[in-house]
Amino acid sequence: MINRIDEKFQELKKGGRKALIFYLTVGYPDMVTFMKLVTALENFGADLIELGVPFSDPVADGLTIQRTSEVALKQKINLKKSFLLAKELSKKSNIPLVFMSYYNPIYHYGLQKFAHDCKKTGISGVIIPDLPPEEATPLKNILKQDNVNLIFLIAPTSPQERMRMISKESQGFIYYVSLTGVTGAREKLSGTIKSSLHKIYRFTKKPICVGFGISKPSQAREIGKYSDGIIIGSALLNIVERYKNKRGLIKEVEKFTSEIKVALRS
Amino acid sequence: MAALSELETAYRKVQKDKTFQKELNGYLSDYAGRPTALYYAKRLTEHFKGARIYLKREDLLHTGAHKINNTLGQVLLAKRMNKKRIIAETGAGQHGVATATAAALLGFKCEVYMGEVDMLRQRLNVERMRLLGTKVIPVKSGTRTLKDAVNETFRDWVTNVKNTYYVLGSVVGPHPYPLMVRNFQSVIGRETKQQILRKEGKFPDALVACVGGGSNSIGLFHPFFHHQNVKFIGVEAAGRGLKTGKHAATLVAGKKGVLHGSFSELLQDENGQVHPTHSVAAGLDYPGVGPEHSYYKSIGRAKYVAVTDREALKAFHLLSEIEGIIPALESAHALAYLAKFAPKLSSNEIIVLCLSGRGDKDLGEVIKDYD
Repeated sequence: MINRIDEKFQELKKGGRKALIFYLTVGYPDMVTFMKLVTALENFGADLIELGVPFSDPVADGLTIQRTSEVALKQKINLKKSFLLAKELSKKSNIPLVFMSYYNPIYHYGLQKFAHDCKKTGISGVIIPDLPPEEATPLKNILKQDNVNLIFLIAPTSPQERMRMISKESQGFIYYVSLTGVTGAREKLSGTIKSSLHKIYRFTKKPICVGFGISKPSQAREIGKYSDGIIIGSALLNIVERYKNKRGLIKEVEKFTSEIKVALRS
Repeated sequence: MAALSELETAYRKVQKDKTFQKELNGYLSDYAGRPTALYYAKRLTEHFKGARIYLKREDLLHTGAHKINNTLGQVLLAKRMNKKRIIAETGAGQHGVATATAAALLGFKCEVYMGEVDMLRQRLNVERMRLLGTKVIPVKSGTRTLKDAVNETFRDWVTNVKNTYYVLGSVVGPHPYPLMVRNFQSVIGRETKQQILRKEGKFPDALVACVGGGSNSIGLFHPFFHHQNVKFIGVEAAGRGLKTGKHAATLVAGKKGVLHGSFSELLQDENGQVHPTHSVAAGLDYPGVGPEHSYYKSIGRAKYVAVTDREALKAFHLLSEIEGIIPALESAHALAYLAKFAPKLSSNEIIVLCLSGRGDKDLGEVIKDYD
């Protein structure tokens, strides 16, 4: 059976569309709201959702995701609960779900069990920023048996040889990190994104999606021109944080996502 | 990863570079005060009525601890790599001070990340860093101690990687740091080898050192690795007791895991979340440990034990009173283990203990404890 991420990108390609990917921290601000948010994002046109499983030491994340992870951890969100929530989500919808976390919780959970549970609960891919391809072979082989993609990141500092290697290793899509640094909404994006993507496309036919820093429709429009999709996390979570106990939350999320969507597809 | 490869390449180059080694050795001897004495602690030996105890006096180094061995090496390397800015994490502040010192000496702009909790309990070191021209940046995330300072320094490094060099303070973190820091610290063991042969005509029976991340211990142990008759004992912080969960005894009580890019023992909960640690010695207050120690443990080359805050404090007073040496609370952990170990050995046997730092920085903490 084809992996749901691969299927989604084939479908997008056919329609000549770019992928709109959102990141949410699992269980933030609370479990009920989190579930509502995922459903809402799907309804507002998201193509894929990254579910951030919180870790105590998120070195690749900026302040926003550090805060949301801390809140989620206080509510005792762990991998086991994340799988349960993923299972619920998979029952209702067909949107590809990807886990984003750090290696230690996954290693501790047990690689084999992790892979099986991904399959069982409808997790189609995994992104682990602190697991470089050089160290990923055991997990990758195990995930492969359960048809779960392991998605790798390319940084702007990656030399050509490394870009080539990661392009080859990454499954589903390639996650291009727009900037040197950690996650978090930025006013301005780097000027080198276009030329870097150009280089990577010479090595691969796989889709490349760009994340880290994207926060505005104008950025989405620009990046959408020369990539296969964009990933937004912190900018969305900032809105969730601002409206978390207010009635307008879902409306604000809709406003933001539709602006991004319009920009991306224009 | 690109930054780590760049670092490894540069480090491999200076390892073979005689001018670099000469420059480093020059600073180590004329500036830092190497070689440090290997001191026969007669009264301490008499006190325990067992093995002959020698102290490797890293506490006599400039800035008061072994940390300067590593920071001089790394900041010189930063100079070779044409980096313009130095960053570092610090727990007790000793590594921060040693980095700030090397940065001042070699003309670098320097910023040190330090957990807010540590800043409070090590105020003196914060002031020392500031005097040395370093900016101390308070870390407010997570447990606000050493591990979070490491997180924050990594975040800074990946952001400013082009012009910035990260001076990591222990044998932890991603490759090549554990290897590089071990090599810079191995001067401790190399000197000890020569000195003990001169004084005793034979190698010691056991080496004892405290283990937080594990840099002073690996520095002492590593040159003796192939001398199987020399036992290695690493002493971790049992804090308020292993059963209370408030400790930092990673090798004794941890499970395998990945933190800060190394695969080693780790203090973690049932979900793989990193556990908050506790030790009266801020320099031991780290939930991970160097992967080489994990290897030594797995092959049975070294033994790892843990002593409590209380035992360490007792040893802190003992050494002050009977030898006139105020030890760092970190080193006091190694000293505390002597009470359990030294009396079991005969007077023909020799223990070398790494006195990794001096205790002036800890007076506030010790006085508070007795109030």
